[in-house]
Amino acid sequence: MQVNNSTPPVSAGRRFSRLAAGLTLALTLGLAAQAALAEVGPPEKEDLKFGFIKLTDMAPLAIAYEKQYFEDEGLYVTLEAQANWKVLLDGVIDGQLDGAHMLAGQPLAATIGFGTKAHIVTPFSMDLNGNGITVSNEVWQAMKPNVPKQEDGKPQHPIKADYLKPVVEKYKAEGKPFKMGMVFPVSTHNYELRYWLAAGGINPGYYAPERGDITGQIKADALLSVTPPPQMPATLEAGTIYGYCVGEPWNQQAVFKGIGVPVVTDYEIWKDNPEKVFGMTKEFTDKYPNTTARVVKALIRAAKWLDDNNDANRPEAVKILSQPNYVGADYEVIANSMTGTFEYEKGDKRALPDFNVFFRYNATYPYYSDAVWYLTQMRRWGQIAERKPDGWYMDTAKSVYRPDIYRKAAEELIADGKLKASDFPDFDKEKGFRPPQTEFIDGITFDGTKPNEYLEKFPIGLKGNDKV
Amino acid sequence: MTTTTANIRAFGRATQGCLLEALSLQALGRQVRRLVQGVLIPLIAIAIFLGLWHIGAKNVQTSLGQLPGPIQVWQQAGALYQEHRAERVKEAAFFERQEKRNAAKLAKNPDAKVKIRPYTGKPTFLDQIVTSLVTVAAGFVLASLIAIPIGIACGMSQTLYQAINPLIQVFKPVSPLAWLPLVTMVVSALYVTQDPAFDKSFVNSAITVTLCCLWPTIINTTVGVAGVSKDLLNVSQVLRLGWVTKTVKIVLPSAIPMIFTGLRLSLGIGWMVLIAAEMLAQNPGLGKFVWDEFQNGSSDSLARIMVAVVVIGLIGFLLDRGMLALQRQVSWDKNAVLR
Repeated sequence: MQVNNSTPPVSAGRRFSRLAAGLTLALTLGLAAQAALAEVGPPEKEDLKFGFIKLTDMAPLAIAYEKQYFEDEGLYVTLEAQANWKVLLDGVIDGQLDGAHMLAGQPLAATIGFGTKAHIVTPFSMDLNGNGITVSNEVWQAMKPNVPKQEDGKPQHPIKADYLKPVVEKYKAEGKPFKMGMVFPVSTHNYELRYWLAAGGINPGYYAPERGDITGQIKADALLSVTPPPQMPATLEAGTIYGYCVGEPWNQQAVFKGIGVPVVTDYEIWKDNPEKVFGMTKEFTDKYPNTTARVVKALIRAAKWLDDNNDANRPEAVKILSQPNYVGADYEVIANSMTGTFEYEKGDKRALPDFNVFFRYNATYPYYSDAVWYLTQMRRWGQIAERKPDGWYMDTAKSVYRPDIYRKAAEELIADGKLKASDFPDFDKEKGFRPPQTEFIDGITFDGTKPNEYLEKFPIGLKGNDKV
Repeated sequence: MTTTTANIRAFGRATQGCLLEALSLQALGRQVRRLVQGVLIPLIAIAIFLGLWHIGAKNVQTSLGQLPGPIQVWQQAGALYQEHRAERVKEAAFFERQEKRNAAKLAKNPDAKVKIRPYTGKPTFLDQIVTSLVTVAAGFVLASLIAIPIGIACGMSQTLYQAINPLIQVFKPVSPLAWLPLVTMVVSALYVTQDPAFDKSFVNSAITVTLCCLWPTIINTTVGVAGVSKDLLNVSQVLRLGWVTKTVKIVLPSAIPMIFTGLRLSLGIGWMVLIAAEMLAQNPGLGKFVWDEFQNGSSDSLARIMVAVVVIGLIGFLLDRGMLALQRQVSWDKNAVLR
């Protein structure tokens, strides 16, 4: 039997379709090659859920959503308020949240293992400044006589903790432990409050995690404990704490309700300090690089909008933030600190245009030196139990702070024409370390490249090989 | 017919007419009295209450501002409704943009996967009401499905009742706030799927509602079933009815009033428990609304919380009346007075 093994003759139609297929393949490959040339491709994951805490500096997230910057990047984002910082961090670690508004210390602490261990990274710094320290009315009345006055009779600012020290001594003598609140053991507020207290000679206590003591109250003159931000005014009113360090609107809320007096802002403690960052797990940024870059793009645009034209957009931002699903506080309370002023004692409103900085002074760039400062403070108070070499600080900062992702996003925005190169630092020259910073309330200079030397400068705090 | 007869007839008809008129006047009087009692008096009482509230609220200054009176609460109710409408407009715009984006994506690459996703914005007050109703319905139905069979079994068997009664009495007084952490832990451990059909917060709230509103239904069903008239049971013995027929034809219809009393009590308790459970479990319903408003601490917060309180009360009332109407339908004794 004759078996026809040869392939059937190819018809003209067949030949044509093969040619067409070949051309389409070539075209697609060509297009794909072009797409690969462009830095950021389409997002791998489009539906994202981000968490935040009800503080005014979650503004970049709210603006990026409301102004549709996320949608411009092809991302569909749901923003969800979280009950407290622990729930938020756990949410990011176990994947329920794709990213979150985080305290600058949280990614660092999680990565080094203080608290739940997880490798969290941050490619975007959300803002500078924005916190205040408020004390109760009684404490303020006791402090006020110690504070030098200006010509117009108002207290001279910045108010140092030196003027609080006699009050703390008095309370201790009366057997009343001087309790203060902050929002989280690795929060910027904790470190700023401690910095301020220590600069005035008040010991804020040490941590001893190697012994299992994470209350942070060892040898303390002032006992610091954790309270979620929205509950701080209530706790102050109830008399459980005599003061707290927290972000806005909770300091201005105390003034409005007449239950406390903000005495100093973190702008005065450390001018232009890094405050919140946008944190994601390393796993997420590795698995979805395009999505990560696009998220950062949207956030950069939002941050720029917030500071544009000398803060001209702030009133609109405040209106958005006063919606109950974002911050929810009254418009006037939020506006008090976001539109260029800050109210200390009731009626004593002072100009403080940089109370919240979202984009100016390269606020959004994740500087390694910022990470190093937080790590030094963790060592200063014992959260890092033993001395670490300078190299350890650098390596940890580099594994958590990701200016490389920031650079990718920024360059894409410049290519899109949405922002200019002058809006960003010079990426070719930028090493990620700010020049030595001198504007601290106690006058000590911080050089991010020399962490151990920095720690030696403090009268109160662990240094060298000290252990608690 | 003589004129006298005609006159007498006319007189008779006139008297009849007057009598009828008098009788209908009496009836009218009764109608009016019923109207006054049923409608006017409650209205007056409510008006007096609102007046007292208005005056009393002016005198209370809280740290969140003056305590809201009925006017502020009414204003906030309006504001909540406006916010709902505004959000619906935003939702429509969102879907429009999504469609445009999807169309553009398909135009560039016809094989691209496009997804229609739900609105990413916040749930409004009306959405939260619906969520609460759905959650309480889920919890209540689950509770009834468990409680009624147990109640029937306990009612029919004294031994079983003696066995289960101590457990019922011990679990009955437990507060939902005490159940919630346990429920949360257990659900976290057992309810692990990649793409859950129900939110964990929904499951936590519903199960907490179930755990708290089982007990009135069990107890009342037991009593209802145990209280079936002896005569009826004798009839079933005489007729040698099977176990199933006895239950379905004699025991259940006779116990329906008590069962429904139990269900009504359970639903009332379930609705109360739901609000507390939602606050803690963060299920996006009325409980979460109240909690969020309290946390926000804005000057409108108290008034909005009061709006929620009024709505919670009204819904509880409507649910109860709904169950009552259902009970009337199902009950065989149409003459029984049901309040």
